[in-house]
Amino acid sequence: MIDLILQLPPVVQAVIRALMFVIVAFTMVPVSIWLERRLLSWMQDRIGPNRVGNITFSTTSKRVPAFLKGKKIHLFGILQPIADGVKSFFKEDLAPKNVDHFLFFIAPVVSLFPALALGATIPWGPWTDLTPVADVNIGVLYILAISSLGVYGVVLAGYSSNNKYALLGGLRASAQLISYELAMSMAVAAVVMTTGSLRPTQIVAEQSGPLWGIAPGLQNWNIFTPTGFVAGVIFLICMVAETNRAPFDLPECESELIGGYNTEYTTKKWVLFMMGEYVAMVTYGAIFATLFLGGWNVVPIRWSFLAEQEPVLATPLGWMNGLNMYLAPVWLIGKVLLIIASYIWARATLPRLRYDQLMSLGWKSLLPLGTANLILVGLWMVATRVGGPVVGWAAWAVASGIVYALYTLIKKTVSADAPSLAPRTIRLDHSPAVKPVPEPAEPVSVAS
Amino acid sequence: MNGALPAIEITPSLLMVVALAGIAALAAVGVIAFNNPIRSALCLVVNFFMLAALYFTLNAEMIGVTQVVVYTGAIMVLFLFVIMLLNLGAPIVKPEAKEPQTLVGLLLGVVLFGVVGSQLLPPLLSVVKVGAADNYGSPEALGRTLFTQYMFPFEAVSILLLIGVVGSIMLAKRRI
Repeated sequence: MIDLILQLPPVVQAVIRALMFVIVAFTMVPVSIWLERRLLSWMQDRIGPNRVGNITFSTTSKRVPAFLKGKKIHLFGILQPIADGVKSFFKEDLAPKNVDHFLFFIAPVVSLFPALALGATIPWGPWTDLTPVADVNIGVLYILAISSLGVYGVVLAGYSSNNKYALLGGLRASAQLISYELAMSMAVAAVVMTTGSLRPTQIVAEQSGPLWGIAPGLQNWNIFTPTGFVAGVIFLICMVAETNRAPFDLPECESELIGGYNTEYTTKKWVLFMMGEYVAMVTYGAIFATLFLGGWNVVPIRWSFLAEQEPVLATPLGWMNGLNMYLAPVWLIGKVLLIIASYIWARATLPRLRYDQLMSLGWKSLLPLGTANLILVGLWMVATRVGGPVVGWAAWAVASGIVYALYTLIKKTVSADAPSLAPRTIRLDHSPAVKPVPEPAEPVSVAS
Repeated sequence: MNGALPAIEITPSLLMVVALAGIAALAAVGVIAFNNPIRSALCLVVNFFMLAALYFTLNAEMIGVTQVVVYTGAIMVLFLFVIMLLNLGAPIVKPEAKEPQTLVGLLLGVVLFGVVGSQLLPPLLSVVKVGAADNYGSPEALGRTLFTQYMFPFEAVSILLLIGVVGSIMLAKRRI
């Protein structure tokens, strides 16, 4: 199969590689919609969609075998996304009269493009001929560049709708995406520094090294190293903000802005926006898995190393290695689904941020944290190069202690006169309610 | 200029470059031709994006991606943000009277075009092969050059940018 593809001209090969990614990304959209609806309803103690896709066999038909008569097969509403899609496509497509028609029309397309283009440098398996779509030496920068284009669809939709709520949604989106881009770049830069390469395939390969440089049987996934963990948390938060998902869904905040940027959109165009959002969730999940969760490796265990160490168990360990290698796309998709489940979990748990909280989280918390993390990564790199992994981590621990002490010191001196960002609370008056005494009615003087 | 153009072999990559350059040029014309500021800004976005694609075709991926990150992803988003914040629509165009300024402006424009073109064309005509050498603009090579040969200018520029950031905060904030 691979040999057959390799004989084709390079352009055709590239198209095949791109299609392999795009088809999977689009297939994941209904899966994640179904997962979201079922999981959200479960978390909110509702039933959720459970009818579409159920099979009920006839009791009277002669074609149905006897043991199936009147049986019902419940499939947990698995076909609900298809029903949703069909419904959306056959609704009336209308656009308000005063919209900027050209921009109104291309905005959904523009919002879908970066979501799909993001995945071009994500390796989904150990086969270098098939994946990623383009193994360029600027892969991580490419991801940052394309993710910064994600704002255009939302901004254009907000502007062209000629609706003040849509415009406010677009404005919020542009401010939010610019703010969180910086913290995201900082988190990614930490990973790039530990790896020493901008190539995602290289980042995955580096993560299959021994854990912390000490434990040779385990893989060094970035999320397990202290610096990588901090970067991972920052990236996860920024990722949710970049995809405009709850609790960062201020651009489409329905309690304040009706629907935000997509207020005026109907049917297919609206579906394209939603599709862009879900494809972005999938691709960002794949990026997170690649940068922090060891890429396509299933568990952080170095099977081939263990097989060398334990010749007795070499055969089963070899099988595990083979499973890890040959089912790589399955493992990556599993990780993506896990990350999508965490998105849904965050949506079900956290209330939407207020605008000033959003900005202060991005600029005052995540960006300084990311920068401090970057400095600590540099320190760790130098210390490791000088004295080996143990010295490196010791230096990291001491330095992070110093950073934390500095942080508390600064906070103590600054917080005295800083405006409070604590959540606004409503003071309830607990005095017992007094029944209002109606004023004695004026005697109505009847003029005769 | 000097003699006929040398025969250029038409290759797919050349066609690619020509197509990208054409779109970039059209978008650049669009920037000044549209009345609506948001359309102009979008044309500039397209122009920057095509310029980045042109860098990609010339094997200078690093500078292409930087172009997208800095200009398309950050600066133009800020442009759009400001345009939307001020809610600038298309202005009502008044039919302009035929004034001598227009003629002089056109004439000066042609002269400027001629001067710039005469300086740019000869080096461009001597190009025989399109594309930089491999690893010419790779992040490794760029980083090594920046941190060895151009260490001082690099640090000086970063300090300058830092001063700019601090200065803008000083100007924007009423009370520190």
